[in-house]
Amino acid sequence: MTDIIKTDAVIVGAGPVGLFAVFELGLLDIKAHLIDILPKAGGQCAELYPEKPIYDIPGFPMVTGQGLVDNLMKQIEPFSPTFHYGEMVEALESIGSSEAPMFRVRTDAGTVFETKTIIIAAGGGSFQPKKPPVPGIEAFENKSVFYAVRKMESFRGKRVLIVGGGDSALDWTLNLHPIAERITLMHRRDDFRAAPHSVNAMRELVAAGKMDLLLGQMTGLKGDDGELSAVTVKGNDGGVFDLACDRVMPFFGLTMKLGPIAEWGLNLNENLVPVDTEKFETNVPGIFAIGDINTYPGKLKLILSGFHEAALAAQKVNRYVYPDKKVVFQYTTSSTSLQKKLGVA
Amino acid sequence: MVKITFVDAGGQARTVEADEGSTVMEAAIRNDIPGIDAECGGACSCATCHVYVDEAFLDKLPKAEPMEEDMLDFAFDVRTNSRLSCQIKVSQAIEGIVVTTPEAQG
Ligand SMILES: Cc1cc2nc3c(=O)[nH]c(=O)nc-3n(C[C@H](O)[C@H](O)[C@H](O)COP(=O)(O)OP(=O)(O)OC[C@H]3O[C@@H](n4cnc5c(N)ncnc54)[C@H](O)[C@@H]3O)c2cc1C
Ligand code: FES
Repeated sequence: MTDIIKTDAVIVGAGPVGLFAVFELGLLDIKAHLIDILPKAGGQCAELYPEKPIYDIPGFPMVTGQGLVDNLMKQIEPFSPTFHYGEMVEALESIGSSEAPMFRVRTDAGTVFETKTIIIAAGGGSFQPKKPPVPGIEAFENKSVFYAVRKMESFRGKRVLIVGGGDSALDWTLNLHPIAERITLMHRRDDFRAAPHSVNAMRELVAAGKMDLLLGQMTGLKGDDGELSAVTVKGNDGGVFDLACDRVMPFFGLTMKLGPIAEWGLNLNENLVPVDTEKFETNVPGIFAIGDINTYPGKLKLILSGFHEAALAAQKVNRYVYPDKKVVFQYTTSSTSLQKKLGVA
Repeated sequence: MVKITFVDAGGQARTVEADEGSTVMEAAIRNDIPGIDAECGGACSCATCHVYVDEAFLDKLPKAEPMEEDMLDFAFDVRTNSRLSCQIKVSQAIEGIVVTTPEAQG
């Protein structure tokens, strides 16, 4: 097992609100680890609308989704938070008391944290791969249907079907091609959004007879005990047939799913976490919820509300982390001690 | 106001009214039409607003932009009458349009 990471605060989700929480905690000398299932920071802003303008961030008449994320990253730089990308927080266990909370947090990649506080900034939930609505697909998942490659070796000598037309589909077609016995790429049309050089590389392999390209859609899966034997394909010419294969990788983009948060012993209200409006703490002392994931009377799912929630939650986190420290209210404009932390004094 | 009829995967139909200039997706969300998630709120970056447009209305719609075609790759069971409802602008030209929602958006 890997070493346990000990910290004061773990932030679940690196969306705009989780990022700003780093700032508010940092001013209070609290270091944070951020975990996000995405390979990058920014949550919805970066994943769903990077190029779109936002008009209601105070002080910014207009900023794009990605622009806001870039600015937040710059703003929290002085506090050098640790990012754990591509990992989903899976399990959470209380190992302390309500006066002195302590939690053990585990991700699906096996990283383990011991932390005094947890800030859930999970937004609309974790971004997860979309699952094709093919009957019985669950039985095959992680045995012969994969949405990501964790171990390339497990594809060695297999007949692999990759479905999709974007970068993920094309990248894995090219990466797995030398390992797999045979690769078939299936897409609904003969146009690919993926980077032109990978599309060209794929077309060359097809022309050389080294892999197959199929235009159609997947409608069924065949096999026993999760082991696939064939995929039912509806070709664009209307024909329906079975394609023998051992592994399928569907790439249909991401969708937000609440995910494991439902199993953490927190009160839930229609997939949202109820909090108080003084500290934005959940029913479990030491666990906070801020941003789109929380709910309280009058809640607005706005970035600016999430920022406010981060500031107030940080005050209470401070009391758990430094129970004996006197709380002094200070402005970043005039406090030299805050400015030192920001690296500007 | 323009009338839009949503038919769900089971064949249940509901007709709602929408303002010109809004989108078919917005009409669905405003009226709690099941089967349309619209996760990205119309940014053409999620494909969870996928619908099938009644053949009789297909010609009345402007052709899908390349961005919409690309995003349709992320929808399931895409057919020749598949569109993303956030990209269908409501206008008098489509008065009475009928769209069917898929069983699930994935
Ligand atoms: C098209 C569109 C336009 C919008 N326009 C505006 C606007 O103009 N103004 C405005 O104020 N708001 C706007 N919003 C809403 C705004 O984007 C959200 O309020 C904001 O993103 C919420 O931030 P967040 O940090 O709470 O969550 P998110 O941005 O949802 O980020 C949460 C992150 O947590 C991660 N996560 C969740 N669970 C786990 C887990 N178990 N393990 C690891 N990671 C996890 C997710 O992968 C995600 O990256 C818009 C939203 C959309 C879709
Ligand atoms: S609402 Fe996301 S693509 Fe239409």
